[in-house]
Amino acid sequence: MNERVNVAPHAEPAPLRAPLPIPYGMLAELTHRCPLMCPYCSNPVELDRRNVELDTETWLRVFSEAAKLGVLQVHLSGGEPTARRDLEEMIRHCVKVGLYTNLITAGVGVTPERLQAISDAGIDHVQLSFQGATPEVTDHVSNFKGAHERKLAVAREVRRLGLPLTINSVVHRANIHQIPDFLELALSLGAKRIEIAHAQYYGWALRNRGALMPTREQVFKALDVVEEARVRLKGVLTIDAVVPDYYAKYPKACMNGWGRQSLNVTPSGKVLPCHAAEMIPSLDFWNVREHSLAEIWQASPAFNAFRGTDWMPELCRSCERKEIDWGGCRCQAMAIAGDAAATDPACHKSPLHAHLLALAEADAAAGVEEYDYRRFTAPDRAQ
Amino acid sequence: MTAETTSTRLPANGVPKLARGVRLRHDEARGQWVLLAPERVLQPDPVAVEILKRVDGERTIEAIIDDLILAFSVERGRVAADVDAFLAGLVEKGMVEVSP
Ligand code: SF4
Ligand code: SF4
Repeated sequence: MNERVNVAPHAEPAPLRAPLPIPYGMLAELTHRCPLMCPYCSNPVELDRRNVELDTETWLRVFSEAAKLGVLQVHLSGGEPTARRDLEEMIRHCVKVGLYTNLITAGVGVTPERLQAISDAGIDHVQLSFQGATPEVTDHVSNFKGAHERKLAVAREVRRLGLPLTINSVVHRANIHQIPDFLELALSLGAKRIEIAHAQYYGWALRNRGALMPTREQVFKALDVVEEARVRLKGVLTIDAVVPDYYAKYPKACMNGWGRQSLNVTPSGKVLPCHAAEMIPSLDFWNVREHSLAEIWQASPAFNAFRGTDWMPELCRSCERKEIDWGGCRCQAMAIAGDAAATDPACHKSPLHAHLLALAEADAAAGVEEYDYRRFTAPDRAQ
Repeated sequence: MTAETTSTRLPANGVPKLARGVRLRHDEARGQWVLLAPERVLQPDPVAVEILKRVDGERTIEAIIDDLILAFSVERGRVAADVDAFLAGLVEKGMVEVSP
């Protein structure tokens, strides 16, 4: 049985003129509204307000088009997806068109009645984020007093409903030491799976890098802890880890290749090859209000900009790993090299690798404590 | 499919069913069957597909084996071993539950 994990490299050799790939997954960011304020939030710094969000009817069309295009799994995310009152209607529709439906929630403001309705609508899987493994850390990182307790209650309710539960944790300097506690938390809540993702430094996290970046020692210790736990908890808890690349030799296979396996729809209907792609100013994103999803997948300039290997700089094009890591992350190349078509500076072959490392070490040592919390830009905070 | 060898043998009168959050469906776009689970897309081989299609929460393991023998006129011993090993592997992964 072949297994495809969202982060696993995929080793089919591509023919010279590869037929267009078929996407497996779609991240639907239903809204940017969220009661929490995580300083590493993957939403863009310029958040979409409620009045530009797609309406129900458009989302339903997008889900139908996704299923037709070959998408198998849809991730209902945000912001906080339960802020959309039409969430249950969307879930029912996804189930109807055959999509495997995954809810990614922060679990604050979600009542047991709401969870029951979401379950009845046919949700397949729930991913619940924890900003820390203890109330102090969760409440501090999310800047929401009492968030941790509410999340615990939601987790218990999800399990009471018999739904599979994944715990999502993003780790950084303030909670990286809590990985064993995150694992314990997941086990005690009856989760079968945990995602341990090191913060990815785009958007809000880039702004907060000085307060988030862990030291090299912390990162390597964390990797050991995860490896040990993977063996110990085999068959009990699946651990999917997004490894930190700042201190690595090779970059991550970002998105398993640009425009190869997944797409991302923003609250206002822009379709992105990855959730951070809006930080690349040269890209032209098409919107589901004007184009079908298939058109966008096949023909939009943003999807074709870095598809395959033709766009690559010589360093990558002549490298035997070009179809393993696909040249790494375009957004990181943009952030560090100022050029989205450069080799990811996380790669040790990049001329900017030493620079990236120096940045990481300086940030880790900076001792910044204050977060610039995620928020809608003033003054008219839309809720 | 090479199923994992496991010491757990499932009871012949047990009724297997896919766990909540696990779905078998035909994937038209790629012309194949897929087993969908949390953050996983599995591509079962033809033998596995025939077994999975019969995992409906009603048939016992024995009934599934009988049905496969009838449909494919294969030898009982082999089918029984295949079904047991395959389902036990999925039980271990939490993707199939067997009652009682
Ligand atoms: S990362 Fe935090 S602030 Fe951003 S959407 Fe998730 S819970 Fe909300
Ligand atoms: S040179 Fe390019 S393709 Fe080779 S390992 Fe580095 S990033 Fe990957």
